[in-house]
Amino acid sequence: MAKVLVVTSGKGGVGKTTSTAAIGAALAQIGQKVVVVDFDVGLRNLDLVMGAERRVVFDLINVVQGVAKLSQALIRDKRLENLWLLPASQTRDKDALTEEGVGRIIAELKQTFDWVICDSPAGIERGAMLSMRYADEAVIVTNPEVSSVRDSDRIIGMLDSKTVRAENGERVEKHILVSRYDAGRAARGEMLSIDDVLEILATPLLGIIPESQDILRASNVGCPVILNSPASAATRAYMDATRRLLGETVTMAVPSERKGLINKLLGRRAA
Amino acid sequence: MDAIAEPVSQPVRLRGRSYLAFVLTPVVPIIEWLKDLDDTLARSPGFFVGKPVVLDLSAVELSRSAITHLIVSLEKKNIRILGIEGVDVSLLTSTMPPALSGGRACAVAAAEPEKAEVRAPVASLMLDTPVRSGQSVVFPEGDVTVLGSVGSGAEIVAGGSIHVYGTLRGRAMAGVNGNPSARIFCQKIEAELLAIDGYYQTAEELDASLRNRPAQAWLDGGVMRITPLI
Repeated sequence: MAKVLVVTSGKGGVGKTTSTAAIGAALAQIGQKVVVVDFDVGLRNLDLVMGAERRVVFDLINVVQGVAKLSQALIRDKRLENLWLLPASQTRDKDALTEEGVGRIIAELKQTFDWVICDSPAGIERGAMLSMRYADEAVIVTNPEVSSVRDSDRIIGMLDSKTVRAENGERVEKHILVSRYDAGRAARGEMLSIDDVLEILATPLLGIIPESQDILRASNVGCPVILNSPASAATRAYMDATRRLLGETVTMAVPSERKGLINKLLGRRAA
Repeated sequence: MDAIAEPVSQPVRLRGRSYLAFVLTPVVPIIEWLKDLDDTLARSPGFFVGKPVVLDLSAVELSRSAITHLIVSLEKKNIRILGIEGVDVSLLTSTMPPALSGGRACAVAAAEPEKAEVRAPVASLMLDTPVRSGQSVVFPEGDVTVLGSVGSGAEIVAGGSIHVYGTLRGRAMAGVNGNPSARIFCQKIEAELLAIDGYYQTAEELDASLRNRPAQAWLDGGVMRITPLI
């Protein structure tokens, strides 16, 4: 049975698009048939992160309006044959989305794919609402800092009230993905600890993605981070998170502070 | 093919059964009596609906047309007559209810009109999930209990007290319908604003020693006091 997963957060810039690409690629690598859908109409980024920005012909809005068929808009990833992308429009804005159109597209995608991953835009208005409307599961990406946590709390409230599942009395299964976690800053008390975040949000933890320069490098070359830097700590964290999403029990590895050898010897803190 | 059996004709079985019926006994003047009946019906409308009623005409001398008229006026009041007693059988026509005799007096169970089931108003709202940021819980009828935390930016408005079995991070406004004895209880106080019956205090004025402890807020005169809960 196809699953619709929404990657949302409320706050902008926390790592939704990065995580959508990473989780989508990880699932496709395992063998699942995955489509990632960009709901950020007007400010699309998923096509850049996936490296497909030069192959976009038709987009989500074209399909919603009936101008193009779904098969014309879907773009296959060049590296993973199970991974597809449905890009958003850059020239329109979120008002062009309709609930009926989105519902129709998601229903059609569910027929051919195992996972439909919706990359939500930031905010709580139309684009975010429609991306979560038909979701079965949700990954709420949160940075361990106060404004992100509060916005995530708001979004969790909306997942429990504004989705089709909530309206039918069922629950959307929710997971927290803590991203941009800096162990050093958390130890110094400059960032919220994982326990603080979970205490406030009261939702199960899917994974902890450490702050990593590999992520910026990967989006610069247009490749999901797990394919571009397979040995990076961020990749390991995303792979663990994906396995947890599939139901496996994986021990949670809290990223620790990395000290260079010289600094360790001399007792200095990493800059 | 089976032979079709001839249906054996049997005499219709008659059985006797006794029922309890209400008896209406009109008295002179009939008009006054009908007015009294109206008053009774006004107090408990529908009392006679569906109940078997017998008309005892032994206290009045009515002609046939008067009896007809009486039955009609009673039917207009939704009282259907099961039978008539205390009257000469020759006065009754075939269209009127039949004559009855041999009725025995018996106690009627206290004729309390059935009140429409009034459900006691629910005086307490119980929420077993955390209240998320941006959500607003308004319950002016009574107490609100939350089994979980109240997120920053959420608000609870209650006519009675507010009980939070978790951390209170948002706004809590108790006793909103003029109830100064309402209180706010929580396991950890990090509230943004507390108000009881209009008197409010913001987080700024919260004593630092109270933070992260179970606390209660209550009104002492016109002053809000926030004290730790033992």
